[in-house]
Amino acid sequence: MIWNAFSIALREIGRNLTRAFLTVLGIFIGVAAIITMVTLGQGATLAVKAQISNLGNNLLTLRPGTGFGSRAASAGVPSFTQKDAETIGEQISGIAAVAPVRTASQSTIYLDNARACAVTGTTPVYFGINKWRLAEGRFFNDADLRSGAAVCVIGDTVRKELFGGEDPVGARIRIGRASCEVIGLLAAKGQAGMGDQDDTIIMPLSTLRRRLIGKTSSHDINQISISAQDGMDSNALINDITSLMRQRRGLGDNQDDNFNIFDTRQIAETLGATTQLMTMLLAAVAAVSLLVGGIGIMNIMLVSVTERTREIGIRLAIGATAREVLLQFLVEAVTLSGVGGILGIVLAFGLCAGLAHLIQVPFNFNLRINLIAFHFAAAVGVVFGYTPARRAARLDPIDALRHE
Amino acid sequence: MSERAKTPLIELHGLTKTYGAGDAAFQALKGIDLTIQQGEFVAIMGPSGSGKSTLMNVLGCLDAPTTGSYRYQGIAVGSLDTDQRSLLRRYALGFVFQGFNLLARTSSLENVELPLLYRGDSRKERHRKAVAALTSVGLATKLDSRPSELSGGQQQRVAIARAIVTEPGTLFADEPTGNLDSVTTRDIMELLTRLNQDRGITVLMVTHDDHVAATARRTVLIKDGLIESDLVRT
Repeated sequence: MIWNAFSIALREIGRNLTRAFLTVLGIFIGVAAIITMVTLGQGATLAVKAQISNLGNNLLTLRPGTGFGSRAASAGVPSFTQKDAETIGEQISGIAAVAPVRTASQSTIYLDNARACAVTGTTPVYFGINKWRLAEGRFFNDADLRSGAAVCVIGDTVRKELFGGEDPVGARIRIGRASCEVIGLLAAKGQAGMGDQDDTIIMPLSTLRRRLIGKTSSHDINQISISAQDGMDSNALINDITSLMRQRRGLGDNQDDNFNIFDTRQIAETLGATTQLMTMLLAAVAAVSLLVGGIGIMNIMLVSVTERTREIGIRLAIGATAREVLLQFLVEAVTLSGVGGILGIVLAFGLCAGLAHLIQVPFNFNLRINLIAFHFAAAVGVVFGYTPARRAARLDPIDALRHE
Repeated sequence: MSERAKTPLIELHGLTKTYGAGDAAFQALKGIDLTIQQGEFVAIMGPSGSGKSTLMNVLGCLDAPTTGSYRYQGIAVGSLDTDQRSLLRRYALGFVFQGFNLLARTSSLENVELPLLYRGDSRKERHRKAVAALTSVGLATKLDSRPSELSGGQQQRVAIARAIVTEPGTLFADEPTGNLDSVTTRDIMELLTRLNQDRGITVLMVTHDDHVAATARRTVLIKDGLIESDLVRT
């Protein structure tokens, strides 16, 4: 009987395709909107997480000052010493590597091209901690660090600005008052929501100190990059480092920390949660549009019942039962919304693929949201198709036949 | 003779039909007694407002009588509910209307298949029976035509094919020639007569046209909700 109603409903839909298309338009757009929102939102979440983890997994960054962002108070707060970094590496368990970092802004010149650039002086482990990969050449090594060799590794943005299409490796650039050989080019990381990571020059700490700025005091380390061993609880690690640093910086019990620890994983989770929340919000808005689409179906089905009163009369006269008429209109509504749902899925697939490419987020086909949106659309068909169907089924055959 | 032959096809006793209630009540049928045997060709005549259409609707099981008894092949129609009456129409009755009442934008073949669809016949059966019915009304070449592409007479033939495709015991025709010219009217009446004589289908026809009524062997005249005369031509 269901199959019978289905085939009758399909015939009716096929007889008036324009009406059918207008009926499903709302559902079609609603389903496409929900799927696109959720899929792109999840792509954005993934992209944010991937970029953050690009900064380095299990990466803790120790900085002077009381906080991160606008409330940070770092004026007058002492920086760290190289000894601080070494002590953390020696005394705290669960740490994979520690690198002291000294940054300085320097003007850089290659031939006619000049550019102000953040120069980082550090140790070779820094590359591993921050997940840098080479596009070309080599990193500097411990021997370079010991000898304070005039070598540097440059980021992709620096390459573009200074060298254009030229191969930078082996060239000499002027950084501040020193001339420096480029020994390596870093693979591009891209934007990370916190500035261009590729706009960087990295050289041995000793080189920076001796050739560029001169050693001013032992407290010349701006930040200490620490990578935790896999599976370590970063909160425990942060507690250990905090108490060690409080001790080394001679802070009393009633004094606040004058340094802070920035945990990339935490940031990644926070940002991920935020994008996810945005996704849910957008999906909720899209769900409302699907609901409106359902009301559209009800609207057109109600009109259609009035318009087709005579047809219903004919069906009843030749022996259709009220139940069969109800079923026919209900199946018509559900078929329409189901077809709208499928069309919406197809449109969403195209939209997601195109937009994901455009806004540069990964596109992963999400089966779950596709199924949810489809079932939601079908449910909308049942709910909003019922009233018109019942109205059709309750018609009196004689009145219906007389209807003009 | 068998039991079935003795039972009249249609048997009415003191049948009334009242519309509305209280002061607004209108009694369209005021007590009809009528017996129709299998295979008859009956014309029901009467001026407008006489109750002949009401009688037709009740006989066609589209409407239930208010009081009195109506037995169709011994079945008490008055005690059937809406769905049971639907099933009776589906399996035993065929309808032809003045306005043809074909589904628009639908081919002749599909129109004729429609009642079979509700009976659950297979696609192949539906097709075979519908083609046979359309052929028997002389429309074998118009299977795929839509109503808008057919003349009035052809549309009425499709309607007749739709009514007989289920091989009903009784064919109800409500002013079947009301919208047709005299030539076409004669064709349609010949077709109905042939169905009555060759296939033994009982035909009940409402008409106000004396010429049309003359085709029938029996004429029942209704006036003010009562039977005024009931004549059988010999």
